[in-house]
Amino acid sequence: MSAERNATTDAARARNRVPMRQPARGPLRRPRLAVWKFASCDGCQLSLLDCEDELLAVAGAIDIAHFPEASSASGKGPYDLSLVEGSITTPQDVKRILAVRRQSRHLVTIGACASAGGIQALRNYADVKEYAAVVYARPDYIRTLATSTPIADHVPVDFELRGCPIDKHQLLDVITAFLAGRRPNTPAHSVCVDCKLRGSVCVMVARGTPCLGPVTHAGCGALCPAYDRGCYGCFGPMAGPNTGSLAARWEALGESPATIRRAFRSFNAWAEPFRRQSEAQRDPGEPQATAPDGHSDRTEPGSP
Amino acid sequence: MSTRTIKVDTLARVEGEGALHLRIRDRRVEHAELRIFEPPRFFEAFLRERGFDEVPDIVARICGICPVAYQMSAVQAIEDAFGVTIDARVRALRQLLYCGEWIESHVLHMFMLHAPDFLGYDSAIEMARDHRELVESALQMKKAGNAIVRVVGGREIHPINVRAGGFYRAPGVGELRALREPLQRARETAARSVRWAAGLDFPAFERDYEFVALRHDTEYPMNEGRIVSSAGIDTDAHGYEDHFEERQVAHSTALHSLIRERGPYLVGPLARLNLNAATLSPLARSLMADIGLALPCRNPFMSILARGLEVVHALDLAIGLIEGYQAPDPPHPGVAPRAGIGFGATEAPRGLLWHRYQFDDAGLVRAARIVPPTSQNQPTIEADLRELAQRLVDSPDDALRARCEQSIRNYDPCISCSTHFLRLEIERP
Repeated sequence: MSAERNATTDAARARNRVPMRQPARGPLRRPRLAVWKFASCDGCQLSLLDCEDELLAVAGAIDIAHFPEASSASGKGPYDLSLVEGSITTPQDVKRILAVRRQSRHLVTIGACASAGGIQALRNYADVKEYAAVVYARPDYIRTLATSTPIADHVPVDFELRGCPIDKHQLLDVITAFLAGRRPNTPAHSVCVDCKLRGSVCVMVARGTPCLGPVTHAGCGALCPAYDRGCYGCFGPMAGPNTGSLAARWEALGESPATIRRAFRSFNAWAEPFRRQSEAQRDPGEPQATAPDGHSDRTEPGSP
Repeated sequence: MSTRTIKVDTLARVEGEGALHLRIRDRRVEHAELRIFEPPRFFEAFLRERGFDEVPDIVARICGICPVAYQMSAVQAIEDAFGVTIDARVRALRQLLYCGEWIESHVLHMFMLHAPDFLGYDSAIEMARDHRELVESALQMKKAGNAIVRVVGGREIHPINVRAGGFYRAPGVGELRALREPLQRARETAARSVRWAAGLDFPAFERDYEFVALRHDTEYPMNEGRIVSSAGIDTDAHGYEDHFEERQVAHSTALHSLIRERGPYLVGPLARLNLNAATLSPLARSLMADIGLALPCRNPFMSILARGLEVVHALDLAIGLIEGYQAPDPPHPGVAPRAGIGFGATEAPRGLLWHRYQFDDAGLVRAARIVPPTSQNQPTIEADLRELAQRLVDSPDDALRARCEQSIRNYDPCISCSTHFLRLEIERP
């Protein structure tokens, strides 16, 4: 049996290994869970607290040993399962993720930041020094890497749960799967399949609304078309997406190369298939955009 | 002279991570810094050259706990820049969506993050062993709030239905009606929980804050209003920069906001309540009288009461909005971009959230500036810590540390919004 292949990152990096059944260690020992945060918005770990009907049952079945957002108590590792939110953007975090991996029997990334670098990976296409100068009066105080990268670029990852944000039902399934030693039930087909299952009218065929559904990994329940808008790709690329064909369709609908490029460069901008398509979209004849206003209007540090 | 150093490696039960550093010498608190090391994500930089129609989806990702707030301030600013007037039914539906976020965010903080401090537990999960009913009823309230965000916004975190001018799709009357009954139950629970919170043990601690919040003639501020302060500031969103400025300090990747003439100020539930109690819903007002909460309330530990009253208010308002709901038709007018600058100011659960965008004539962002509530409260959090630690300077380290952490949580700081690693270090050379 091979585990589901995840297209966010190179399959070689994210092996999505089949979870192993726990060795017997006595009937009373509850599996230990840890939740870690790197550069992110907190939304994916919040999904666990958003399981209002299941949270206390989950906390009864497993030992939530390390979850700083919810608890002052911090149990030391090792952990049976670590959920990692956020991307790697600082030199310290490069070291911290190694320590997390060492203490974790299974490591599952939750969300687009941890699985693909997140929206903050837009810096990977830009000059981070210039970015810092836009936001901060004293960019020299800011210590950050030039790139925002997924966890699998740094350590082996057992499974990548998609979404910006993740779906809480999928999260519960993944936790259960890893602790029970079965494979997570998170279909890797496109949003289109879920859209048909939901019975939504195709927004692109019926109304000519540009939609990333045909190349986007399922998991959201085909939400956007159900709300009369095109999918904007927040679950990242599906396995083997035909992004070139979709881009051509968008062009036929009258979308500019710049718009198509931006569509592929959002919450999963650094996921390989989206990255390649966004780079292919760069029209060589396109005039260079004028430089945006690029100076911080924040006050220099100093006297109040 | 004693030499003691206390460290807490991660300040828990806050959204994001940071560090606190206290230096105490000869029984004097020399130094109190809230250090925020959250890796910057540079939203204001990468928003440039994105289309106005992408902005509400992008800014939601600043914060997983209050994405609606970011969307609300952003659409207001976009509409301001393009001269769009929104339909009254769109306005009502936005208020309903915002009520959902206030409810889920406030209940999360009151019961999951703050209450364990008052009752002496590490977490709500541990608290549930002794107070199962309290935690279960809180989770049901939270669920009722989240249900609003899910139905109106499409999902609880990073809703997908908000756009400039209105919504992608207006929910049907039946979809909203189904929310009414759980909201009515939540309102009863919320009223009980305000009485419960009033019985908590509050440290005697008051400071003379300058409160800043929106104010509206007839409504408790949420989606709109003038920016006012207890010391006389009264301006619209356009005038914000005349009164407030952000400064960068070396120990924080979040910028500090200050009133230009006077310095630190306070935003959030306590500021809103002190400035706007008259426009609370009748039930919330009568509860406030029942529990004997006198205004102005200058005790930051009592912010949990202000949150409780705001939950009751938001539930009342939400139920009313659902009963009066008429689907906006169409759900959004065509919005035509034009070059210009737009401003937006709304009340996020944690306080005033101000946005400014400059657009070109194609509707691409030329410049963006976003001032989240936590960066506005950061200097005040530090000032509270300095004064609190001074008063408790003879307490044992454990007691001092616990109070300082609780005091930070009074503000429900959302460090991810502003920027994480909250380590508490007390240095006593």
